[in-house]
Amino acid sequence: MTFETVIGLEVHAQLRTQSKMFCGCATEFGLPANTRTCPVCLGLPGALPVVNKRAVEMAIRTGLALNCTVRTTNQFARKNYFYPDLPKGYQISQYDRPICEHGWLELQANGTSKKVRIRRAHLEEDAGKNIHADAGSLVDLNRAGTPLIEIVTEPDMRSADEVVSYLKSLRDVLMYIGVCDGNMEQGSLRCEPNLSLRPAGSGELGTKVELKNINSFKFVKDAIEYEIKRQTKVLSEGGTICQETRLWDIERNQTAVMRSKEEAHDYRYFPDPDLVPLVISEEWIEELRATIQELPKDRHRRFLQDYGLPDYDACVLTSSRALADYFEACVALFAEPKLISNFVMSELLRELPQAGTTVESSPVSPERLVGLLQLVHDGTISLKVAKEIFPELFAGDKSAAQLVEEKGLRQLSDEGELQSLIDAVIDQHPAQVAQYRGGKETVLGFLVGQAMKRSGGKANPQKVNALFKTRLSP
Amino acid sequence: MSLVKCTLKELQDRFTRGDVSAVEIVRSYFLRISVVESKVKAYITLNDKESMLSQAEALDHALSAWRKTEPMMAMPIAVKDNICTEGLPTTCGSRILGGFVPPYSATAVAALRLQQYFLIGKTNLDEFGMGSSTEYSAFGASRNPWNLSHVPGGSSGGSAAAVAADECVAALGTDTGGSIRQPAACCGVVGLKPTYGRVSRYGLIAFASSLDQIGPITKDVMDAALMLNVLAGHDARDSTSADASVPDFTRVFKKKDVKKLKIGVPLEFFAEGLDEEVYDAVGEALAVLEDLGGTMEEVSLPHTGAAVATYYIVATAEASSNLARYDGVKYGFRTKESPGLPEMYRATRQEGFGPEVKRRIMLGTYALSSGYYDAYYAKAQAVRTLIREDFDRVFRDVDLLVTPVMPTPAFQLGEKIEDPLQMYLSDLYTISASLAGIPAISLPCGFSRKGLPIGMQILGRPFEEDVVLRAARAYELATDWRKKRPRIR
Repeated sequence: MTFETVIGLEVHAQLRTQSKMFCGCATEFGLPANTRTCPVCLGLPGALPVVNKRAVEMAIRTGLALNCTVRTTNQFARKNYFYPDLPKGYQISQYDRPICEHGWLELQANGTSKKVRIRRAHLEEDAGKNIHADAGSLVDLNRAGTPLIEIVTEPDMRSADEVVSYLKSLRDVLMYIGVCDGNMEQGSLRCEPNLSLRPAGSGELGTKVELKNINSFKFVKDAIEYEIKRQTKVLSEGGTICQETRLWDIERNQTAVMRSKEEAHDYRYFPDPDLVPLVISEEWIEELRATIQELPKDRHRRFLQDYGLPDYDACVLTSSRALADYFEACVALFAEPKLISNFVMSELLRELPQAGTTVESSPVSPERLVGLLQLVHDGTISLKVAKEIFPELFAGDKSAAQLVEEKGLRQLSDEGELQSLIDAVIDQHPAQVAQYRGGKETVLGFLVGQAMKRSGGKANPQKVNALFKTRLSP
Repeated sequence: MSLVKCTLKELQDRFTRGDVSAVEIVRSYFLRISVVESKVKAYITLNDKESMLSQAEALDHALSAWRKTEPMMAMPIAVKDNICTEGLPTTCGSRILGGFVPPYSATAVAALRLQQYFLIGKTNLDEFGMGSSTEYSAFGASRNPWNLSHVPGGSSGGSAAAVAADECVAALGTDTGGSIRQPAACCGVVGLKPTYGRVSRYGLIAFASSLDQIGPITKDVMDAALMLNVLAGHDARDSTSADASVPDFTRVFKKKDVKKLKIGVPLEFFAEGLDEEVYDAVGEALAVLEDLGGTMEEVSLPHTGAAVATYYIVATAEASSNLARYDGVKYGFRTKESPGLPEMYRATRQEGFGPEVKRRIMLGTYALSSGYYDAYYAKAQAVRTLIREDFDRVFRDVDLLVTPVMPTPAFQLGEKIEDPLQMYLSDLYTISASLAGIPAISLPCGFSRKGLPIGMQILGRPFEEDVVLRAARAYELATDWRKKRPRIR
C-alpha cells in the first residue's frame, strides 16, 4: 500500500520587542542569569501582567502579512502546568480567542507553488531555562516572559520539502516585516511539525505524532523524512501509530518517544482574569496594514530614526530591498548599525561587484559578517585587521574567528605586554621622549607608531596611546 | 482622650495642629499593643518599635523646621498580611510563604507610604484569604475584642480586630467574597469593599483575581472615606484597574441626611436562615434611614440563591491557578528532601498549604478540568452575569440596597471549623456584591443580647462609593453604635 504524508506545523517565533510581553524587562540574552527580571516575570506573589503594545502590534502585522483575519476582541488565557522554568505555574497564552486566524502563506516546492492555510497565530510568553549542573538544577528566568507568536497551520503539507519551503517563506516574511530575527539555531524560530500517514486517496486523517527539538532547516528535513520512514514501516507491517510526542535525537539521527497521549497534560485553559479582553480597533489594523508594505522612502526614514544612520548611509542601504534586508538581518544579530553600515558600504559593496555577484547571493552571510564585526567591537582585532582579512572571508567559508586564530591576528591588549613594548620604545628614543616631556605633544604620534611597528601592528592603538600618556605625564 | 481612642480623622487633626508628635503616636500605640495584643492576637508581624520610633523622631524633627503634613502622615495603620510590604515579611497566613520578604510594595501601600504613614504591622487572616474566621491561619486564630471566645470573622479578621481593639487607627483589608465586610460586622467597625477596579490590586497576593479588592477597615464612615481618598485611582500596573475619576469622598458628608435617595430592600436577603436579632437590628436601621428622608422599596434579586455556588466555582478555579506558583522552586517554603521534582512539588504543597486551601485548590482544579469546564466554570460565569444583571436592573430603580452582612453575629471559636459548608454560608449576603463587582460597606447597627456587634450592609452602583458613604455616614451620625467600645478581658 502507498501512503500519503500529512503534515501541519506549529512555529514559535520570538518577537523582536525591546521589552518582555508583560513587563518592562529588556529582552537581551547572554547576560548573567536572572539579571533581566522583575517581580512580574519572576512570578512574585501579587505582581500583575500588563500587555506590551509593541508585541500586539507585531502580532497584528504578522497576521496581516500572513493574510489572516485580525480579531478585534481577543483574550489571553492561562495554560496551567508545573515546571521549574515556568515561574507562575501557568503560561499566559491565548486559547479560544487568538489574535489572528484564517490566513494562508504560499510555498514553492518542486517547481510548483501551493497555499498553506494558517489556522491561527496567537501571542504568548516564553518560559525560562533550566540549567542542569552536577550540584543540582538551576533556573534562569532572563528569557521568561519574552514575547512569542505561535503560528499554526492546517495539515496542508505533504513532504519534508514542502515543510522546509513553507518554513523558509515564513521566515522571510517575519524577517522582512521586522518582527523576528529568524535565527533557528538560537531558538528565535522554533518549529514543531505534527505528522501522520494515511492510505493514498483517503480523506481521513491518520493518528498524528508531534515532533520536537528541531532547530535547523536540515533537522526539519531529516526528522520528517525519518518519521515518514518509521511510520510507513509500522503501518506496512500491520502495526498502529501511537499518538505521542517524539524528540529528534541529533546524535542518533532518529526520533524517540518523549511522552505518550496518556501522559499529556490537562492544561485547564481559562481566560486570564488579570488581563481584560484585548480590543483592537479597525483604524489600528489599517494603520499597521500600511506598514507591512513599506516603501523604500519609508524604509529610508525608518533607517534614519531607528538606527540613527546619516542620510547618505540610509540612501545607499535602501537603494535595493535586498541590500536593506541584508543590513537589517545584520542589525538584528548585532545592534551596532553604524559599524555595520560603514563596513557594508566600504568593504562588502566593493567585493561584490569585483566577484561579479550581488548581495542576494553574497558569499558572506549576515551571520558571518556580524561574526567579524563582533571581533572588532570586543577589541579582539582592530578595524584595520578586519578590513585586511575581509577578502579571505569573502573567498572562503571559514568564520572570522577561525581566520583570526589561524593567522594569530588577535590584537595585543594585555597591559603587561604593552607596558614592556612601551618601555622598549622609550629606551630607544630618548630624544623624542625628552621633546614630548618638553611640551611637544605631536611627538606622541611618532612614539605610538614605533610601538605599533614593534608589535607587528597587533597592539591595540588606543591602549598604547593611553599608556604612553600616563607613563610620560609629569 | 487617650490617643488610641481617636478616629483617623481626630488623630489627623491633632497631628496637623501639632497637638501630638509622631513619637507620641508611636509610643501610645505600642503601649496599647503591649497591653491587649496577647489577648486579641491581631498581628502576624509587628513592625520594629525602635526603628519606628527613630522614623517618628526624624519626622518630628523635619516638621519642626517646616510644618507641612499629608493626611496619612504618622498615622499608625495596619496592613493585612496578603498585601506586599517591601522589607517586611508577607505570609498570607500560610506556611508556604515562610521566609518570603517582598522586594516591592503593593500600589495601595506605596500610596500610603508616599504620605509617610506608619506601617504598624501585618495582620492575621485565613490562609490566602480563604475562610471567614481567621481560624484557617497557619499562625493561629485572632480573637474578637468584644468576646475573646468568639471569632473576629474573616478573612480580614486581624485587621478588623486590630481596629476594634485600638491597636491601629485604621487598617487595610481585602475582600473576595466578604472578607472586609464580614469581619467588620463581627468586630463592630466599618469595612468598605470598593468597586472592583477602584483600588489597584498590584501587590495584593491573589486569591481570586476577578473578585479580590483592597479596602479600608476603620472606626467610622468618615475614616473609610479618608482612606479611600488615598487608595483609589488608576494604576498602569494593574490592567483591571479602572480609569474612573476619583472624587474627594468626604465631600458628600456635607449632607447629613439621605433625602432623595431610593433605598431598595432585597427580599432574598431577609429570608429563612437569618438570625432574629440580626433581622431586627437591620429592620430598625431601615427605619432610621427612612426617618432621614430615604424612600424604601422592596426589590428582588432572583439569582441570589445561586450566588454561593457560583462563587465557590469561580473563586476556587482562579485560586487553583493563582496558587500554582507556590511550588518550592523560587521562594518561600520547600520540603526538606525529596528524590525528584514531582515528589518535591507534592511534598512542598502537601506540607506548605493548610486544609482549607487544599480543599479549594482541588475544587478549582476539578472545575477547570477538561470535560468539566463547560458544566462548572463556563456555567458559573454565565450565572455570574445573571447576578450582575439582577443588580443592574434594580439599580435602574433604586440608588442603594440595604441588607444584613452576616446571618448571625460572630460565632464561637471552633464552632464551624469542622463544617466547611456552614462556614461558606456565613458569606451568603456578601458574595453577591463581590460577583457583581459593586461597592458595599458594612457598618455597626446594633448588638446581640450576648453583647456582640451586628452589622448592616449598604450596596451601591459601580463607582458610586460616594452615594454609599453618604448614606452610611448619615446613619452613623443619627445613631450611637460607633461610640460603644469593647472592654477586652
